[in-house]
Amino acid sequence: MTTRLPVIELRQITKTFGNFTAVHSIDLSIGEGEFFTIVGPSGSGKTTVLRMLAGLESPTSGDIVLRGQRINDVPANRRPTCMVFQSLALFPHRTVGQNIEFPLKIRDVAPEERKKRALQLMAQLRLPEDYYGKNVTKCSGGERQRVALARALAYNPDILFFDEPLSAIDYKLRKTLEKELKDIHRETGKTFIYITHSLEEAMVMSDRIGVMRLGRLVQVGTPNEIYTAPNSKFVSEFIGDVNIIPVRLANGNRLQSDELGAEFSAPGMPAGFSVGHLVVRPESLRIIERREDAENVLTGTLYNEYALGSRIQYQVRVGEQVFIVERLRQQALNGRLDTQVLVGWNARDSILVGD
Amino acid sequence: MATATDRKARQGPLNAVPVILFLIVGFAAPLLAVIGYSFMPERTFGLFQKPSFDNYVTVFTSTSYISFLWSLGLAAVTVILLALICYPIAYGLARVFGRWSTLLTLLFTIPLFVSENVRLYGWILFFIKNGVLLGTLKSLFGIEIQSWLFTEGIIVLGMVYVYLPFMLFPMTLGVSMVPNETRDAAFDLGATRWQVFKEVDLPLSMPGIVIGFLLSFVLAVGAIVEAKVLGGQKVIPITHDIEIAFTYAQNWPLGSALAVLLMVVVGALVLTVLRRFDLDAILGRR
Repeated sequence: MTTRLPVIELRQITKTFGNFTAVHSIDLSIGEGEFFTIVGPSGSGKTTVLRMLAGLESPTSGDIVLRGQRINDVPANRRPTCMVFQSLALFPHRTVGQNIEFPLKIRDVAPEERKKRALQLMAQLRLPEDYYGKNVTKCSGGERQRVALARALAYNPDILFFDEPLSAIDYKLRKTLEKELKDIHRETGKTFIYITHSLEEAMVMSDRIGVMRLGRLVQVGTPNEIYTAPNSKFVSEFIGDVNIIPVRLANGNRLQSDELGAEFSAPGMPAGFSVGHLVVRPESLRIIERREDAENVLTGTLYNEYALGSRIQYQVRVGEQVFIVERLRQQALNGRLDTQVLVGWNARDSILVGD
Repeated sequence: MATATDRKARQGPLNAVPVILFLIVGFAAPLLAVIGYSFMPERTFGLFQKPSFDNYVTVFTSTSYISFLWSLGLAAVTVILLALICYPIAYGLARVFGRWSTLLTLLFTIPLFVSENVRLYGWILFFIKNGVLLGTLKSLFGIEIQSWLFTEGIIVLGMVYVYLPFMLFPMTLGVSMVPNETRDAAFDLGATRWQVFKEVDLPLSMPGIVIGFLLSFVLAVGAIVEAKVLGGQKVIPITHDIEIAFTYAQNWPLGSALAVLLMVVVGALVLTVLRRFDLDAILGRR
């Protein structure tokens, strides 16, 4: 990725509501034309960050800087930014065309010019032309989504914000819209700042991802970095199924798991490490036939299996702990449920993290 | 199976009979009686004589139109003042006052528990010569002003005071129906506060506003005690004329004709407004 000039920066941003601190001293720089996604569970403060960027909330302390200019005091209607809301916030008393033209009408653009621009945007977003006079409340979920995006684009902002706009949409349509959104991002070259609680969604679309937890930004990186090198148990768990073994440092740079009564060889050991978690992704964990096939091996019972389409997921119980192993469909283990199996992984396929 | 369903379908109207009877006797019958009386000869109490339009002719050749105009005019002024007063309060109740809203709503409701007449006599005590207001001004500051009682202004004040909840509560409901994100979106799309109000707040709270207008207008047209008590009969609204016809004048047919005309005028106005502001369309349901 080429280095980008920062378009918008958060400097030591804190936001408190009464004695609740929603956002805790966040520093973040987002590059020109970047697709940046903030991920976090509900209540992590991600929406508050977005609302501050949009100018709908003002930070309690810290600066928001747009291309070198401090914009803390610039209200939302004078920022070159526009938000697509979770509820989409379309105007129910207006037609599709009137919704899209709203920002142009506000700027006193001539009616024929407005209509031309609205029809252009509708074509770009694959909305049929005869929807121009349709009441938005009669549009389907996916169509409303496109109307909201068209309306935001009509404002011609430098930065577009998205507050979980796809969260209420069914899986299949969501997948389509995710890809469309990324296409629109490429076509327009604008900066997109997106919020979701689904890291999976973030992975599909983003150039970089910021993970938030309890009002703090805990990790920022490319999707690949977040996936392969999470810096905490929290981030590693966020991507979905993952095997986590609580460990402590033992002799000879090895890791000891007291719960499992086993020792493991470690990937690179962070300086000063004493206790933490060993993370092994399901696709790195293997069911093996001989102890020699992997550096770290555990013995467990094959408890259950789940078909995931192209892959099969197995549940292996080792003592109290449940491990998740994924294999390709072609490598299915038939007739081995309730038998003893060996699960193993190599040290380089695991990640050692703190809490 | 099919017969069971048929029997159930037949039972529906049958089960509705008690309610229908109750509505006919309690709601339609008095109305029909009034309409019937309006076509009876002058000063009769029977309902089965030769019908005629005499009463209507009498109304149209008399000066009753003045009372009609007073009623409609006072109601119109009241409703406009109510709208101006109530919108900011409704906005506050729905958006600004937060947990104080409940208390304020209660305070606006409590007067409804006291008889209207009692409350209006309260205003008399407040405004009367040597009363609460003028008496205080006189004794404390030596200022003597003419009492405002028995003027048109004080009638309007009384009506605004009495009908305020009927405008306020539908309006509050209307204002609270506007989603915050929609207002934020308009603001974020470049609209000024005024444009947000004009383009989003006002149209989206219109159902509540229209209902408030209709409710308070219909009630205000039927107002009588404000003019009698506060206005000291300086102004005779149409309701007063109707009352006189039914009581002192013992002319039920004439009173009925006036009442029917009032219903027709108000009904026509309400229907016009409802056609102009299709509530469903405003709400975006169609």
